[in-house]
Amino acid sequence: MIVKEFWALLRDKRGRIVLFVPSLLQLFVFGFAATLEVKNFDVGVLDQSGGRAAIELTSQLAGSPAVRRVVRLGSMQEVRAAIDNREVIAALVLQPDFDATIARGGTASVGVILDGRRSNAAQIVGGYLQRIAASTGAVLRPQLRQPPGESITVNWFNPNLTYLWFTLPGLIAIISVVSGISVTAQSVARERELGSFDQLMVSPLRVPEILAGKMAPPIAVGLINGTIYLLAAKLVLGVPFTGSVLLFYLSLLMFLIALVGVGMFISAASSTQQQAFLGAFLVAVPVILLSGYASPIDNMPGWLQTISLANPARWFLELAVGLFLKAMPASEVFARIVPLMLIAAVTLSLGAWLFRARME
Amino acid sequence: MQAFNRRRVAAMIGKEARQIIRDPSTLLIAMVLPLMLIFLFGYAVSLDTARTRVGLALESDSAPALGLAQAYQRSRWFDVRMARSVAPLRPLLVAGRIHAIIVIPTDFGQRQARDGGAPIQIIADGSLPQTAAFAAAYAEGVRASWARAEATGGLRHPRPAIDLAARFWFNPELKSHYFLVPGAIAIVMTMVGTLLTALVVAREWERGTMEAIMATPVSMAEFLASKLIPYFVLGLLSMTLCALAAVFAFGVPFRGSPLALLLIGSAFLMPALGQGLLISAATKNQFVASQIALISAFLPSFLLSGFLFEISSMPAPIRALTWLVPARYLIPSLQTVFVAGDIWPLFLRDIAAMLAFGALFFALTFRVTRRRLD
Repeated sequence: MIVKEFWALLRDKRGRIVLFVPSLLQLFVFGFAATLEVKNFDVGVLDQSGGRAAIELTSQLAGSPAVRRVVRLGSMQEVRAAIDNREVIAALVLQPDFDATIARGGTASVGVILDGRRSNAAQIVGGYLQRIAASTGAVLRPQLRQPPGESITVNWFNPNLTYLWFTLPGLIAIISVVSGISVTAQSVARERELGSFDQLMVSPLRVPEILAGKMAPPIAVGLINGTIYLLAAKLVLGVPFTGSVLLFYLSLLMFLIALVGVGMFISAASSTQQQAFLGAFLVAVPVILLSGYASPIDNMPGWLQTISLANPARWFLELAVGLFLKAMPASEVFARIVPLMLIAAVTLSLGAWLFRARME
Repeated sequence: MQAFNRRRVAAMIGKEARQIIRDPSTLLIAMVLPLMLIFLFGYAVSLDTARTRVGLALESDSAPALGLAQAYQRSRWFDVRMARSVAPLRPLLVAGRIHAIIVIPTDFGQRQARDGGAPIQIIADGSLPQTAAFAAAYAEGVRASWARAEATGGLRHPRPAIDLAARFWFNPELKSHYFLVPGAIAIVMTMVGTLLTALVVAREWERGTMEAIMATPVSMAEFLASKLIPYFVLGLLSMTLCALAAVFAFGVPFRGSPLALLLIGSAFLMPALGQGLLISAATKNQFVASQIALISAFLPSFLLSGFLFEISSMPAPIRALTWLVPARYLIPSLQTVFVAGDIWPLFLRDIAAMLAFGALFFALTFRVTRRRLD
């Protein structure tokens, strides 16, 4: 039975390619794309002063590694158009008395207009500009001494805050959700649509055997994808893996079982492949969005944080990040595997129950 | 090619529309998914950081150290857990129960008294880079403003040369759902346009009803039109639903004109539907079509469109790749029509790009389907 299911999945050459190649492609494309850093942006400058201090500020801007291009703007109309058309994310407006004020020893106020349509990126850009303004100020007025102090920041587990180190373990969770749920969901629906499901029912196989046969391939696919990711992350992309490999596989297995249970439930509930696929999608999207990958769980309202406790992806994401970067000790790992097992037990029994109910 | 027979097309559209209405899953995707996504992006996916849980290792008993510790406890950015040293806080950081440790060192009091300022140490959880950067920046901010308050009355600092006064146009309160919710609309339209279409036409091939249609006098153009028009209408309906929910349930402003939104949405549906048709015609298998649609349409519109992640921050090869994602042209226009207003130069540029992609996908679909007919 299990062999037959593997054949069904792997029979189609394109189906085979679709299961494995994209996961590698995703690893590289989306791994690098998913960054919340902001760099390489264009800034506009409307310089109505034109003195030494203004030129110093502009050249400090142009010299900053995060800024790609400094666009000179001639008037407020041009500032407006550059922001409106998204040519620049921010524009500095230097008043005509900018140089005079600084020469007098006063504080020159510079207006910064930021594109609030991209409020998150704009805030980060605003922070960069503040720092550039402060360092320009220090150049212009060397006697200005910062009060001593300033904190020393150390980042444990990921010293340079490389975003990829967080993205990759997260992608293992995402790809498992997408393929785990959708492959399972379509397996039963496909047989039903093609009519081969009836043959299965008259065969001497018992329901648990059929279920096991349906569950094995998606779990195997998930484990293989997980292995590919693990190897690629460590060997190609240099993401450290500090935890126990054995515990990683145990977590992945529990996670996949929980997902397959969800997929089985959808599969049993739908009568066509289209329904199964769309149903899988409808479930996969909130599972991914509430996992903490796209935005921190701490930012969600309290009741949604409670709901996210039932989300297997949330637990697995913590496990994956912990095992990759934080050398998570076994006690912490098991504290997360237990909820994952509970979720798996619930989804599996629901899936099996509906499957049985639909067979009769 | 045969003439475009309007009556025939109308009959086919009728058939397609009945199929859509009969199958609850289609309506589920077109109506429930939009609302669910808007809801999730309105509530769940928030980039507006709430209080960050941090540990505070207070190694010094001096008055300034206690004063600074109090400043952290009062801060609205942090939820502070106190300890006498780093050791008991370390496992909490590993477990993810706190996201940073602020260390006020033993010599803090002496140095503060001697130099008028003393450093502290911030240990952030680098496994969550975004939270780590945030925690470090705000922890330093709290220390700096505490130090300034301490210093007033004592030393007078010279005034800084430049002061930046930041103004955020369009979204002065910096609400992240102002840009997330329009982004969710793009995802919904990709779903309806590409995924649904890919599945539906692939099903015709898989079940063999495609050959039956080909044996009838219906021409290829008529067939494609009859497939497209119902999903086009469905796509616009979902978009309207999303827009209404965004504005009335989540208070996202709508400063542009409905006409502009309609034009932008219609323009995007061209490449979306074209891509769906192309995938289905090329694969002829529902399972493969669905997986390819997921990977080539859904994930890129989520990750490569500039909706969550800034395109300019991506490495150059991936930045080049984003030019091929139709959703990349939809997101700026959608965000603009909601929060900024009608900025036609921007809209027209994006609409032209989307229509060009649409034309390309349709041309390819024609080629693929025609070849199979011979």
